[in-house]
Amino acid sequence: MVQLNTKIGSLELKNPVMTASGTFGYGTEYADFMDINRLGAIIVKGTTLNPRQGNAYPRMAETPSGMLNAVGLQNKGVDYFVDHIYPEVRKFQTNVIVNVSGSCIEDYAQCASIINTLDDIPAIELNISCPNVKQGGMAFGVRPESAAQVVSAVRKAYDKILIVKLSPNVTDITEIARAVEGAGADSVSLINTMLGMAIDAEKRKPILSTITGGMSGPAVKPVALRMVWQTAKAVKIPVIGLGGICSATDAIEFLLAGASAIQIGTANFIDPAISEKVVDGIEEYLTRHGFNSVQDIIGALE
Amino acid sequence: MLVADNRLVGPCATLLTLQYPGELPEMVAGQFAELQVPTAKVLLRRPISIHAIDRERNLVEFLIQIVGEGTQSLAELKQGDKVNVLLPLGNGFSYRTTHVARPLLIGGGVGVAPLLFLGQKFAAHGIRPTFLFGGRTEGLILRKEEFRKYGDLFMTTEDGSAGEKGFVTNHSLLMDSESFDRIFACGPTPMLKAVAKWAKEHETACEVSLEHRMACGIGACLCCVEDTADEGNVCVCKEGPVFNIDRLKWFN
Ligand SMILES: Cc1cc2nc3c(=O)[nH]c(=O)nc-3n(C[C@H](O)[C@H](O)[C@H](O)COP(=O)(O)OP(=O)(O)OC[C@H]3O[C@@H](n4cnc5c(N)ncnc54)[C@H](O)[C@@H]3O)c2cc1C
Ligand SMILES: Cc1cc2nc3c(=O)[nH]c(=O)nc-3n(C[C@H](O)[C@H](O)[C@H](O)COP(=O)(O)O)c2cc1C
Ligand code: FES
Repeated sequence: MVQLNTKIGSLELKNPVMTASGTFGYGTEYADFMDINRLGAIIVKGTTLNPRQGNAYPRMAETPSGMLNAVGLQNKGVDYFVDHIYPEVRKFQTNVIVNVSGSCIEDYAQCASIINTLDDIPAIELNISCPNVKQGGMAFGVRPESAAQVVSAVRKAYDKILIVKLSPNVTDITEIARAVEGAGADSVSLINTMLGMAIDAEKRKPILSTITGGMSGPAVKPVALRMVWQTAKAVKIPVIGLGGICSATDAIEFLLAGASAIQIGTANFIDPAISEKVVDGIEEYLTRHGFNSVQDIIGALE
Repeated sequence: MLVADNRLVGPCATLLTLQYPGELPEMVAGQFAELQVPTAKVLLRRPISIHAIDRERNLVEFLIQIVGEGTQSLAELKQGDKVNVLLPLGNGFSYRTTHVARPLLIGGGVGVAPLLFLGQKFAAHGIRPTFLFGGRTEGLILRKEEFRKYGDLFMTTEDGSAGEKGFVTNHSLLMDSESFDRIFACGPTPMLKAVAKWAKEHETACEVSLEHRMACGIGACLCCVEDTADEGNVCVCKEGPVFNIDRLKWFN
């Protein structure tokens, strides 16, 4: 039996496989296709203090080996989450992590403090990297000073595991990672989507209502892998890797690059049972290579 | 699922028949499937309406218009090939709960696809529906003979090659608004909006099936939204694809 368990700070995961925010709904959408409880964690939709309608349709464009989205953090607000969604998701026998977003520092902190009161939510993932909202979101995550400011404010309001999700739309991601580590983050996850654009040549119009959107899927994997490798060397806190993971092999590459855990995003849309298959695939790889534990391959790039 | 048959049924349309492993689940007309496309050029699944089913042999039919890489690749599937399919998805037409005696089924282009299944359902309830289909030209109105098995078929074409010349909303059938008690429509959005406008003006109940761009097809990604009067943006894949026009904010 190989050991698949891993840790994000003091948070124990039964295996390193999580699902990425915004791509897995609240988990319940996938319950017909797989056993959610086999995952290390699920990260639910971006949640904000107040309800948000999100951006206008069209919000999606397929691109070669990838997709652009411009959802814009549509959600019913944290109070709705507490009253209506938390009672359902707390039943899962896996870690449920809430992705928190906001348009100003006070909103981030207040939203986090409300989630702090929920016993069965062991961690939050702070989204300072959403490219699809006019205010806040990525604006905080592209400069080390503002990133540190929002993380410090949330740190004061939140005493469980604080994961900070980083934007790839920066010159040096390690600089931001170090800044949020200094401000009290327990872990960083990367990457969020890359800013992109799609045009319909026949109509001479942009495809997305917001013109630009966030790119994800296999096309971003090489960039994500590079950033995870750089960041894992630059910080002491655990790194969670994501961006284009579609198979156990992809996941293992991120672990080798130094990620302590990984997330699966866009691939859930193609195969709703993929995350469970990745758990099995990692186990198979470890057995085949004679490793006792997944820890043996984290950062083990030769 | 295995491909039982796949053949061209029009200039740019294919009829794909898949064999369901085991007994077909309950399916409502207007529901759809997400088909994984067998080419690396396409990443996401493609949403396709359930065109017809054969309960005895556990077959599902899809009528697919070839418009790009994904649909082209689905058209190239051969008998015996495997396709990964999620089905049935979404909410279909509400022919069960409402008392419909004189249904009018309006289709534009490949939007006729879900209306065969709906026609079969009405036929099973002893109702012979009226089909009104619009297309640019006669050849683009698909599977006419098949539809005629279940109901009366009327057409409009833009070039006048079949039926009346013009758009569906100009057809003489609609002169007498009392002839129908519920409209079920599927097709391009401008056509659906014209049909919905007619239905509103003539106080006829109307349901439309929307074809928004989708990523997940199961309500997880929020890419496929339509604005509604009661709940704001809702997912077409999960709350739809069929909506009662009273829910949509098309006229205000
Ligand atoms: C619920 C639902 C049911 C459907 N049922 C059927 C069906 O029964 N038969 C059928 O043939 N098609 C159906 N469609 C449409 C079908 O999904 C698309 O035609 C298909 O995904 C196109 O894939 P492609 O790779 O061939 O084309 P792409 O390369 O993706 O696109 C080709 C062209 O079509 C445009 N396009 C593609 N999808 C959309 C869209 N949703 N809205 C506006 N423009 C678009 C693109 O911009 C491009 O110009 C349905 C769609 C939905 C949402
Ligand atoms: C439709 C969609 C919605 C997303 N919503 C969020 C979100 O609410 N919060 C967030 O932090 N990231 C969000 N993301 C980003 C993903 O969590 C992930 O960082 C990104 O897609 C890269 O991973 P992938 O290539 O595996 O999809 C979203 C991505 C997609 C495709
Ligand atoms: S396609 Fe993902 S929510 Fe509808």
